[in-house]
Amino acid sequence: MNRTTRPITRTHIAAHLILLTYTVIALFPVFVILINSFKTRKAIFRDPLALPGADSFSLIGYHTVLKQGDFFLYFQNSMIVTVVSLILILLFGAMAAFALAEYRFRGNALMGLYLALGIMIPIRIGTVAILELMVATGLVNTLSALILVYTAQGLPLAIFILSEFMKGINDDLKSAGRIDGLSEYTIFFRLVLPLVRPAMATVAVFNMIPIWNDLWFPLILAPAEEVKTLTLGSQVFIGQFVTDWNAVLSALSMAIIPVMILYIIFSRQLIRGITSGAVK
Amino acid sequence: MTALKLDNINKFFGSEQILKDINLDVEEGEFVVFVGPSGCGKSTLLRVIAGLENATSGTVSIDGVTVNNIPPAKRGIAMVFQSYALYPHLSVKGNMSLGLKQEGQSASVVNQRVEKATRMLNLHEYLDRRPAGLSGGQRQRVAIGRAIVRDPKLFLFDEPLSNLDAALRMHTRIEIAALHRTLSASMIYVTHDQTEAMTLADTIVVLRDGCIEQVGAPMELYNNPSNRFVASFLGSPAMNFLHHAVPGLAPDQSVGIRPEHLVLHQDGQIGGTVIHVERLGADTNLLIKTDQEEMVTVRLFGQSTTEVGTYIRFGFDAEKAYYFNDSGMRIFP
Repeated sequence: MNRTTRPITRTHIAAHLILLTYTVIALFPVFVILINSFKTRKAIFRDPLALPGADSFSLIGYHTVLKQGDFFLYFQNSMIVTVVSLILILLFGAMAAFALAEYRFRGNALMGLYLALGIMIPIRIGTVAILELMVATGLVNTLSALILVYTAQGLPLAIFILSEFMKGINDDLKSAGRIDGLSEYTIFFRLVLPLVRPAMATVAVFNMIPIWNDLWFPLILAPAEEVKTLTLGSQVFIGQFVTDWNAVLSALSMAIIPVMILYIIFSRQLIRGITSGAVK
Repeated sequence: MTALKLDNINKFFGSEQILKDINLDVEEGEFVVFVGPSGCGKSTLLRVIAGLENATSGTVSIDGVTVNNIPPAKRGIAMVFQSYALYPHLSVKGNMSLGLKQEGQSASVVNQRVEKATRMLNLHEYLDRRPAGLSGGQRQRVAIGRAIVRDPKLFLFDEPLSNLDAALRMHTRIEIAALHRTLSASMIYVTHDQTEAMTLADTIVVLRDGCIEQVGAPMELYNNPSNRFVASFLGSPAMNFLHHAVPGLAPDQSVGIRPEHLVLHQDGQIGGTVIHVERLGADTNLLIKTDQEEMVTVRLFGQSTTEVGTYIRFGFDAEKAYYFNDSGMRIFP
């Protein structure tokens, strides 16, 4: 990329003002959660926007979270569900996308359309059927139930995005591989996958956050104590009459960390994925 | 021995026919160039020979063996691509040896063959580099090396020089010609560039719209084109076709004259105004609009002082003109 120094113009400043404003708006709720998670209960209600001071500072929320409920187990459950689902979405999504993009077979276009249809139909419409299915297969209250549902939920978009990217990959490289006697699997894993890495990161980020934050399916399919996810686990602090705000805010603060780490891992690739083609 | 035999090859993509009844024999050690405008089916034909596409009908035989049902890797071919198609995750050495390793050759054979190719192409200093660290010309040499290492019965080149700049293109062209002399292997080379076709080929195959228009040695096609398409495709600047400027021509006929066969002459048969001059140093090309509003290129050897806007007369030797009928076929008056 070629960076030239431009004179700072009025539009330049305006653009930055708009972007900065947006950043502040976007980060403000997170900031409020963070500061209040370090305050006493009284301080939260007295002045929600104040920074934690000497008299209002308190780690009581974190103590409650770490003591009450099996917070680390929830954490682990969320992590397992998110990571395994992402791996399955990326693996099967990329394989299906490769088949759709690479091979000419009868019904190829129809199959692509069918797989993309899932983007338009929310999976939650089928909740009752899914629950019946899980009960019948004995998967209720297991992490597998959640992983299967999230994989199904993520595949349509993954296939749609990845097959578009794979159509753009140079044919010559795959041909060279075939002439050198590489199997279709080697061509897929060694030659094609590394080239669509930015698109894979895009798909991963798009899928990761909804899965991590989901409350619906854990509540319905896996509400048992030992398979609770973080989002569901945090709900114990929210009661119908009394809510332990210290604990809720602390739990939420801690829940941000893993997604942030995953996001940082993917974001470099993501930016490349979005700008590839546009800037080159 | 025939290195390659194509028998009634037809290829359809959906209902569109890309190749129409292609028949061709390539002798062992022959350098054959497929040339034609883009979309004429030359690359598809090459991919059918390589086994990357299946022909809808017809047979492909390589070295006497029908290979229709044999996968590309087992056909005894090697291919060089326009976009180099090097494996980005492997070093130069890894790129060259992968095919042999897949064949199950022993390490000593692999090393020996890679060493030989490396020597031929002067790739020693790059062996451990990744393709990303090489220039376009170097990448194409690695790709050629990867083909040599396979020791194939038939080399296939798919527009290998199109991504290189002009100077490098000429250099690599000479390298490929030298390679053909050293290896005396059969080679098929696809290009849309008539200069490459003329300079490299033992035999040129001119294709248009999925059909073979003419097959022959370069000078044979140049001096004796069988139709207007071949006449116009080979030679640069292209042949001039005149309908009106030459008296005594039937209305549906045209006469073709190569730019170098038109000579400036005070009593020339044709007159016109110079509208553009290309000065190339060794040659000068004049673009002339004739009195009959036809565009003509005249090639003068050496430098000329002719200016744009000058009215000049020029003529040609009737023996050096080609006559074509309305469907573009050559006629001999």
